[in-house]
Amino acid sequence: MYLYDAVDQRLVDERVAQFRDQTRRFLAGELSEDNFRPLRLQNGLYIQRFAPMLRVAIPYGLLASRQLRALAHIARKWDRGYGHFSTRQNIQFNWVKLEDVPDILAHLASVQMHAIQTSGNCIRNTTTDHLAGVAPDEIVDPLVWCELIRQWSTFHPEFAYLPRKFKIAVSGAENDRAAIQVHDIGLQALRGANGETGFRVLVGGGLGRTPVIGTAIREFLPWPHLLSYLDAILRVYNRHGRRDNKYKARIKILVRELTPEVFRAQVDAEWAHLKDGPSTLTAAEVGRITQRFTRPQYQKLEALSVHYTQALARERGFANWAGRNVHPHKVPGYAAVTLSLKKTGVPPGDATADQMDAVADLADRYSFGELRVSHEQNLILSDVKQSDLHALWQEAKALGLATPNIGLITNIIACPGGDFCSLANAKSIPVAEAIQRRFDDLDYQHDIGELDLNISGCMNSCGHHHVGHIGILGVDKQGAEFYQISIGGAQGNAAALGKVIGPSFAQDEVPDVIEKLIQTYLARRDSEAERFIDVVRRIGIAPFKEHVYGNADQKRENRNGQLAAA
Amino acid sequence: MATLIKNAKIATDSWQRLDRATDGSLPSVPATGDVLVSLPLWQAMAGELLGRNGGRLGVWLDGSEDPAQIADSLEALSLVAIHFAQFTDGRGYSTARLLRERHGWKGELRAIGDIQRDQLFYLSRCGFDAFELNDGLDPQGALSAFTDFTEAYQTSVERPLPLFRRRVAEAV
Repeated sequence: MYLYDAVDQRLVDERVAQFRDQTRRFLAGELSEDNFRPLRLQNGLYIQRFAPMLRVAIPYGLLASRQLRALAHIARKWDRGYGHFSTRQNIQFNWVKLEDVPDILAHLASVQMHAIQTSGNCIRNTTTDHLAGVAPDEIVDPLVWCELIRQWSTFHPEFAYLPRKFKIAVSGAENDRAAIQVHDIGLQALRGANGETGFRVLVGGGLGRTPVIGTAIREFLPWPHLLSYLDAILRVYNRHGRRDNKYKARIKILVRELTPEVFRAQVDAEWAHLKDGPSTLTAAEVGRITQRFTRPQYQKLEALSVHYTQALARERGFANWAGRNVHPHKVPGYAAVTLSLKKTGVPPGDATADQMDAVADLADRYSFGELRVSHEQNLILSDVKQSDLHALWQEAKALGLATPNIGLITNIIACPGGDFCSLANAKSIPVAEAIQRRFDDLDYQHDIGELDLNISGCMNSCGHHHVGHIGILGVDKQGAEFYQISIGGAQGNAAALGKVIGPSFAQDEVPDVIEKLIQTYLARRDSEAERFIDVVRRIGIAPFKEHVYGNADQKRENRNGQLAAA
Repeated sequence: MATLIKNAKIATDSWQRLDRATDGSLPSVPATGDVLVSLPLWQAMAGELLGRNGGRLGVWLDGSEDPAQIADSLEALSLVAIHFAQFTDGRGYSTARLLRERHGWKGELRAIGDIQRDQLFYLSRCGFDAFELNDGLDPQGALSAFTDFTEAYQTSVERPLPLFRRRVAEAV
């Protein structure tokens, strides 16, 4: 956990005072709605369908138990007793009152948290691997670099009014768990020839209306230059990104219109002036930030706990859970655990205040008082002794947080959708629930194997549907909510954008369509080892399409006839 | 009439703004007095403007205009202004830093256009020292914006060394 120093704390406190005054002026009629909007957005406050929504940053997904308790307190005192963990390592409160927000921010500041730049056309919360620092495949621990980027981006005076929002993700592992290829900037931390840290820099990735996989513009940026190079990219974007059309204002459009080669040349020309300037990072500063992170004091343990292996052999339910929700750890005898927020019937990513308090207790007792929030909208206890896993499983089960579905079809990523969000074309939550119900049988889920199913309620793609093995997108069709389905998307190292299989479906048709996709997969896979996504890659989308629409053609014609007649 | 804030104090404005007429014709140049002209006007009439016997000269840039275009003229100028068509158009922040940090502009750098209280802190950090505040805003209230924050992490015109370098310098 990064611990604030006096300056970090003072800046957050001053932000609360600033926003308190801005809110007062807005409520007194001294600030117009248009003038207040960017100010409140840069403090995470949206005006939503029913009430303002407050998005709180969980920088790079790291959370201390006392911070989670503060979130529970906020949910109880100022919201309706729950919160929604988003795909960008934030938590959203859907029912706050505008006039309460300064007090909420003050409460957050008291536990070294904030809602700074969680929305608006600025540099957003930097995200990373939810297994940062503990994953066996890690090359460079990204947390220190994320905190350096957090400080650099916080109140950056030049980049508060960019053409559009700007998201940075960092990965330091062999397997990308931070979706760096679909961010405005993706940083892959790696080691140079002499073991020194550097970054492969990707730009122009993103989902949304125009999904794009990012392009590498620098293969190895030595760490001292991280901030000056980011400054150069942001300056080129701030000056030249399109401002005439908000749908063409993201950096991906600039990179595409210029071509990556020209964009890189412009960044390099700018960087030539900034390189080796005062923003150049020093070993002393990296060391100082490193020292401000508390790290778990691990015990010396056997690589494999006998207690754990015996429990695995004894209890099938535990073994199922361990097989999906327990992840290897770089320290012998420890494991990382995902507490699933994807129980059937609960909106994906939602947690009640009581669950938050209970998870904070679990973190204190089993994981050094810390936890992580993943972009797949689950909570992670990153440092659990293997010998504690069985006890933890029983407690998590009692809390409804032990659904053994990580990596499976019911671990659905979904945005809040039309139930809450004023941008949405269609609801996400009932679609997720209907699919979870259809595939609720655990044996069936495990038989289907690894499958990412992502749902977005609109083109803004908060539910990352483009990179789901199966992606579902809510669309508006003649005023009715319909769902377009794509397959073949993927996150991680082999990130890819899904292809739409054909015309969209009504809400109640979606589970049947998913079922048909799964049937096609099961019939065509060459072994259980071949995952859904592997089969799509091998045979293409045509066989899936055929199975889905073959029977549906007649139905579709009937419905089109009805719509035409209506 | 917009209120001028200069060096964090309310000031009186001596500058007259000059642009092409709506039909595109060039305006007549006043013989004396301080004149602030648009970049196209400067490019069209620099000779005539420089030939005046009295009064100072300034140029204003729009968000899309590159400060490199006046880099060679800066010695002849007493004021550079950057125009914000809307306060949410942040290009002028980069323009200001480039003028200060790359082109060495030491004179008055004024923010004009849609300028409000809540942007003054970042604007001043990017090198602006003068601001034409929108009509209807409380100028005294606006002055407090300069102290919204007492510290900053990044390098800026106002504090060229980032916090992490100043910490070291202060500790020594």
